[in-house]
Amino acid sequence: MSSEAKKPQAHSTMPNNKPLFWNDPEKRALFFQALLILAVGGAIWIIVDNTLANLEQRGITTGFDFLSKPAGFGILQSLIEYNEQESYGRTFIVGLLNTLLVSGIGIALATLLGFVIGVARLSHNWLISRLALVYIEIFRNIPLLLQIFFWYFAVLRALPNAKQSLSIGESVFLNIRGLYIPSPVFEAGSSIILIALITGVIASFFVSRWAHKRQDDTGQIFPTTWVNLGLIVGLPVIAFFISGSPVSLEYPELKGFNFRGGITVIPEFLALLVALSIYTAAFIAEIVRSGIQSVHHGQTEAAHALGLPHGRTLKLVIIPQAMRVIIPPLTSQYLNLTKNSSLATAIGYPDLVSVFAGTTLNQTGQAVEIIFITMAVYLLISLLISVFMNWYNKRMSLVER
Amino acid sequence: MKKIGSVAAAAAVALTFSVQSHSATLDTVKERGYLQCGVSTGLPGFSNPDDKGNWQGLDVDVCRAVAAAALGDASKVKYVPLNAKERFTALQSGEIDMLSRNTTWTLTRDTTLGLNFTGVSYYDGQGFMVSKKLGVSSALELDGATVCIQAGTTTELNLADYFRQNNMTYQPVVFDTSDQTVQGFEAGRCDVLTSDQSQLYALRIKLADPSSAMVLPEVISKEPLGPSVRQGDDQWFNLVKWSLFAAVTAEEMGLTSANVDQMKNSDNPDVKRFTGAEGDFGKALGVNNDWAYQIVKQVGNYGEIFERNVGANTPLGIARGLNALWSKGGLQYAPPMR
Ligand SMILES: N[C@@H](CCC(=O)N[C@@H](CS)C(=O)NCC(=O)O)C(=O)O
Repeated sequence: MSSEAKKPQAHSTMPNNKPLFWNDPEKRALFFQALLILAVGGAIWIIVDNTLANLEQRGITTGFDFLSKPAGFGILQSLIEYNEQESYGRTFIVGLLNTLLVSGIGIALATLLGFVIGVARLSHNWLISRLALVYIEIFRNIPLLLQIFFWYFAVLRALPNAKQSLSIGESVFLNIRGLYIPSPVFEAGSSIILIALITGVIASFFVSRWAHKRQDDTGQIFPTTWVNLGLIVGLPVIAFFISGSPVSLEYPELKGFNFRGGITVIPEFLALLVALSIYTAAFIAEIVRSGIQSVHHGQTEAAHALGLPHGRTLKLVIIPQAMRVIIPPLTSQYLNLTKNSSLATAIGYPDLVSVFAGTTLNQTGQAVEIIFITMAVYLLISLLISVFMNWYNKRMSLVER
Repeated sequence: MKKIGSVAAAAAVALTFSVQSHSATLDTVKERGYLQCGVSTGLPGFSNPDDKGNWQGLDVDVCRAVAAAALGDASKVKYVPLNAKERFTALQSGEIDMLSRNTTWTLTRDTTLGLNFTGVSYYDGQGFMVSKKLGVSSALELDGATVCIQAGTTTELNLADYFRQNNMTYQPVVFDTSDQTVQGFEAGRCDVLTSDQSQLYALRIKLADPSSAMVLPEVISKEPLGPSVRQGDDQWFNLVKWSLFAAVTAEEMGLTSANVDQMKNSDNPDVKRFTGAEGDFGKALGVNNDWAYQIVKQVGNYGEIFERNVGANTPLGIARGLNALWSKGGLQYAPPMR
């Protein structure tokens, strides 16, 4: 922007006296930038070339051919179909999905917990605010790896074996091998429930728009939240019963050594998820607290003076302003959580680092390629989170009129 | 840890500009005054620090034999504990001079990792350990079992093959270190612990109650374990290779750490060549002519090494079996030293 502004000016003040190339700061800057790019590019080229030459000279295989070769090893948890005849490329996807799974759920849980504790920290109730403080100080100050070990080795390893599982109503089981929950089995005709759900979501979108407009026009408030909840939950439930309950549950059952059927949540996942969420929530709580405190108390008083009840004051006045302070540091917590998930390998959760940069690297010996891919993927995930959060931040930021 | 190792390896190959055909490891070792030898993080009988912190075991004795040959002093070794995932990058990046860590010699490793195996110090095969409570007496009864294994091993691959061949399913729980693997097995996270059989015996004595577990009879693979060195340094490759052969030859010839001094003066030409009284074998290998004598004197012959670390009178109590000399029905055989 500034360069555009300067250009015509430079020309207009000295129309006939064109400065020499090296005297024009703009061109000089361009020249040096080009030089830098050339130098960096050259350096990268030398490193890559040299690496390849050295690897070959040392008899270490190079290239990305290995990605299509059969892997030959099993993986404990996979979100997609996987068996040991599948390729190394597939192990990459399996590991990546496992990383995304634990990070995604971890981010959701940490955010939820962090907001609750951040608000509790500001509570006028002495006991609640102290408890929140204790939580924050404990979990923020103990190294994450130790917390992961604590949940995995001290808590989950203390659970009974399969035959003595803790159970809830003979359908949910918890033992040292993990958490077993019933899985839904979708039978013929169950698609109507999905259709009902989608209809509910779309309908609630229009209800919100309509309610907003009505409020703008008439000032009347419509209980949007409840109506939408009714639509999103209610419609599928009604569809379920009308269509004659086409969804049944498959219960886990103890057969042979382990429970079979249902959904198995492995303890490695549980330990990592719990540790990551609890640890990150402590940081998020502090971010939320500072965000809320950054909104001047006068705003609350003004809102109350206008007759807004407490809940709406929070929703319409405080939170939107607090969010602007909260989102940027929240983004870095999300990035941290995602990157910290690579500690999975310490307890054997099959994430990207454990499966791909671990076993696959070791079986193929192609350290350079695999570490490169792995680093690139973490970079990409981080950038995507940043892009999303920046977009969200823009949306939430103060719209000045 | 392993990530750092891999990154270091990557950096090492990326940044070493001198493309040499011989990075003479032997000269480096002599100059440095000690050997850097990669061993396991703790596997009784093979490589394990005792209560005073001194490393002991069969793999450790192979390192000591090489140090005795190269430097004339078996104690001049620095041990670098490595888990299965770290071991090859440690060798590739030059962090260690040789790897002697119950490592299986396979075609893939020999051809793609830039290393060479120098021989077989222990013939092994993969087996299964289960808790006696499980009531299983054959590996074929393990359908649906949860199996604890160590990451980055041949074990992971054999396991998958075996279960697939026999139409059985399993769930692999993969840990980075043998300690974690044992803990997982002991706590009941897994029904089965699988590894090379020798290691099962070694890990069993790490259990709080070793008699609660048993090793199943099936051996599902060939696991020739041996030392390895970086590719492209033939002099060093030869020395490590012949250090092991010297220990085997000594057993064939009846030379022991107790009698080698006395036998040294015998008229037997084989013994004379072996101890360096005659011939120039040491010179050919780039070390002192008494190199083989030093190995036997300071470390012992192969039989002594075996019995001291894993033999019948040790907690592991392993019989010689495949590891007996070829002349006694086993596979240990050394090419002639002449
Ligand atoms: N021989 C196999 C397996 C070797 C292996 O790492 N075995 C484990 C036994 S569970 C071990 O020795 N671990 C010791 C350690 O990690 O320090 C191979 O070369 O891949």
